[in-house]
Amino acid sequence: MPSYRELLRQVKTEVEEVDAAQARELLESGEPPVLVDVRERDEWSEGHIPGAVHVPRGHLESRIEQAAPDRSQPVVLYCAGGSRSAFAAKTLEELGYENVSSLAGGFTDWKRNGYPTQLPRSLDAAKRQRYSRHLLIPEVGEQGQLRLLDSRVLLIGAGGLGSPAALYLAAAGVGRIGIVDDDRVDETNLQRQIAHSTETLGDWKAESAKRTIEALNPDVEVIPYLERLTSENVDRILADGWDVIVDGADNFPTRYLVNDAAVWHGVPVVHGSIYRFEGQVTVFKPHEGPCYRCLFPQPPPPELAPSCAEGGVLGVLPGIVGSLQASETLKLALGIGESLAGRLLLFDALTTEFSEVTLRRDPDCPVCGDNPTITEYVDYVEFCQGRPAHA
Amino acid sequence: MKTIRIPPTLRGETNGARQVRAAGGTVRELLDDLMDQFPALRAQLVEDDDIAPFVNVYLEGEDVRTLEGLDTPVDDDATVILLPAMAGGV
Repeated sequence: MPSYRELLRQVKTEVEEVDAAQARELLESGEPPVLVDVRERDEWSEGHIPGAVHVPRGHLESRIEQAAPDRSQPVVLYCAGGSRSAFAAKTLEELGYENVSSLAGGFTDWKRNGYPTQLPRSLDAAKRQRYSRHLLIPEVGEQGQLRLLDSRVLLIGAGGLGSPAALYLAAAGVGRIGIVDDDRVDETNLQRQIAHSTETLGDWKAESAKRTIEALNPDVEVIPYLERLTSENVDRILADGWDVIVDGADNFPTRYLVNDAAVWHGVPVVHGSIYRFEGQVTVFKPHEGPCYRCLFPQPPPPELAPSCAEGGVLGVLPGIVGSLQASETLKLALGIGESLAGRLLLFDALTTEFSEVTLRRDPDCPVCGDNPTITEYVDYVEFCQGRPAHA
Repeated sequence: MKTIRIPPTLRGETNGARQVRAAGGTVRELLDDLMDQFPALRAQLVEDDDIAPFVNVYLEGEDVRTLEGLDTPVDDDATVILLPAMAGGV
């Protein structure tokens, strides 16, 4: 049986090695290799080579395909001194990686050469515990969770859609949540608006939701706006800086106002609407996909557009639609997956069916089109009531 | 015959029917047949002899305005979805 030293010597003759200068040259080339740090978490957290991905050697076989899905792409591995990465290189060759090398002398030699290093941001122990189920997902992980904690989401409405969206976004660790709502909690809300409770009857919805969120996750900062979104306040509210807007409004004037403001401020909107048993969800990404006006250039006459207050809504329906909005929002904040931009998802709770229609950007759209004709806020109430009903 | 899906806000005009079978070789003929069956729908779907601007008509998931509008041919067993805007969120 070979000793450790003999085995290491043997492995080193079998794998490619690069020194620090060669590695740096490769990394600065036009087609840099995937750089993988195979050290343990505590070593990584004390500093690493910029651009490296962290795959501890103990998880190498199971996680390398996430870091380097293409086996023909060059991979450079490093550890502290070049031994663990040599063994790791041999393992990757056994997994079919065609161009693997190990950094001789490792991170120690890299630093000795005076090459740049980077201190990773990391979650503290309490956050690692709280978000552990996110950290286990390769598409989220620690960096994704840090991104969520840095993200800022503005909710229009803390009602049926806003309630579940707020709770799931808060639970997921979205760092800052703004809530625009000028309404107070009443008994008819509690059949579905789960951010509120019997105890908060009569309170401002934005304040009631803030208390629920803070009880759920103290990492989240909640900014309540106890006002109705209007042409006068929308720029001030958006100036507070939001990455995503979740539209859970209950009326057309607000929907069109949110759309126009979002296009002009360049903020994506995760749109949801509900009525009785049916819901609609989509994502409007300014100038990348269609906007709300591309979908519905004009609102229906008021008598053809009953609200939930008039027509009713199944209590759980906003839970489903609002949760889909939260899911889309998290994907946008993380920059992962395929959003619903360009697709309108329709859900029918009575038949339990999802269907989808294609949405296209309208080059003649008055707001996001090539030659916009609406360039400042209009009177949205008038816009939505102005056309005479032909019925 | 083709299937037309009726949105909840228009079911008052279709006696509550969620889906209606209609005949026709184009979107126009199909909608005419639908509106012959349920005349009250006409006011909600048509304006100036065209699809009302607050209603979208999807054929197999595509907005017919991006196809050939009312003249878009419709295959047998195609599904048409009528979709007016809904504002509800609370």
